[in-house]
Amino acid sequence: MIALSGVSKRFANDVEALRDLSFTVADGEFVSLLGPSGCGKSTALRIAAGLLTPDTGRVHYTKEKPEIGFVFQEPTLMPWADALTNARLPLDLKRVPRSDANARAAAALARVGLKGFEQAYPRELSGGMKMRVSLARALAAQPKLLLLDEPFAALDEITRNSLGDDLLRLWKEDGLTILFVTHSVSESSYLSRRVLVMTPRPGRIVEDIALPFGRDSRLAQATIQAQRVISDALNIAMAA
Amino acid sequence: MKRILDIAMPLLVAVLVLGVWEWAVAHWQVPVYVLPGPSAIARAFADNFASLMGSLFSTLTVTVEAFLAACILGIATAIAFAQSRLLERTLYPYAVILQVTPVVAIAPLILIWVGFERINLALVIIATIVAFFPILAGATLGLKSADFNLVDLTRLYGASGVQTLWRVRLPTALPYLLSGMKTAGGLALIGAVVAEFVAGSGTATGLAWRIVESGNRLEIATLFAALGLLAFTGVLIFAALSLLEWLLLRRWHESALRAP
Repeated sequence: MIALSGVSKRFANDVEALRDLSFTVADGEFVSLLGPSGCGKSTALRIAAGLLTPDTGRVHYTKEKPEIGFVFQEPTLMPWADALTNARLPLDLKRVPRSDANARAAAALARVGLKGFEQAYPRELSGGMKMRVSLARALAAQPKLLLLDEPFAALDEITRNSLGDDLLRLWKEDGLTILFVTHSVSESSYLSRRVLVMTPRPGRIVEDIALPFGRDSRLAQATIQAQRVISDALNIAMAA
Repeated sequence: MKRILDIAMPLLVAVLVLGVWEWAVAHWQVPVYVLPGPSAIARAFADNFASLMGSLFSTLTVTVEAFLAACILGIATAIAFAQSRLLERTLYPYAVILQVTPVVAIAPLILIWVGFERINLALVIIATIVAFFPILAGATLGLKSADFNLVDLTRLYGASGVQTLWRVRLPTALPYLLSGMKTAGGLALIGAVVAEFVAGSGTATGLAWRIVESGNRLEIATLFAALGLLAFTGVLIFAALSLLEWLLLRRWHESALRAP
């Protein structure tokens, strides 16, 4: 689906965010990009989305650039617009006819469990519900590739787990390809098929861990084992 | 109860002040050409009602036209600034100079350039200059306050600059713009009054001119009536813009949510 090869990025303030970063994500994969805070994960995700251009290296897509959905750490909603209008934003920008766009946005809201909240304004919604609107907005344009930048980091554990399960369901239902940036070992061990472990800044990938099947719940034996493997790799990465 | 007090207390003060005023003027037999009592002012207002309303209409027209012109120019300039940092850096200092230069000092020049035969245009231009800056400042700040991630998101979906402006930047700017407009509304009235003062009698026909004329004739009661009308107009403009603000922001903005 997408490949980054030899990507480096240095910002104007001379912070070197990424150095020689390479990885691929195959069609239909759920890949976590795991690393400590400030290791350039978000920068890598923005480059993958085409929102930033790398100094060196390239981003390849298997075919033409796929339809991309992006979810930020904050819900990043328009406070002046209700949930339906927020979820409709990608379709409005693509000039999809209003009635069609409304139907698709409403369907996306229903899929993240927000049926009946179409007319609610962001200020009327809880943190978890706002994040669901944000997820619905990303889904509304029916993306092939979904990029998430620590989307659940600001939520409480119960909400986070419930959103994580929803994300897994959506991934399975839609055959999405997901690249999921996180600093949570437990989140990556349960949600993803593969974990890419990054070093502190300048970020590069030191470990590419394929996780086994059988991680059916957060407390399954296979999940706990995966956590240990990922944790060890992260410790090595931190020392590197 | 609290709302009743909000209205009753200022009203009570007004009644008290007017009563003491009326009594004091009668008691010390103050001449009407120095300080007329409230009843004399009310009489002057009634006697000159038609011509005062004509003057009010004249001043109000200048004020509203200047306010609308300042809105259009201010928003357009702010949008141009938002498109180009270079343009903003180049022109913003001149906007500030225009703002800090006392308009009374520019007014005679504008009157000469525009010409006394087009006096209303000159008045509108002067009042526009006074009202322009808060709108520019508010709109510029507002357009710049858009959530970077939201702007990035519109780019991700291939939005044009106009789409991003319309869907994200302008709505973000709205509270800032409305705050600027409330200031500008009052300033437009001040600008109109100053412009009429400078234009002088014989040309302008607004309330400010009535004040000058009444002063010259020592018709102090009429002067007070015109002054009262001006204050009333100012309050009316402020109330109208506050209502507009409330209507536009009540669904989503913190400031409007806490308002009474």
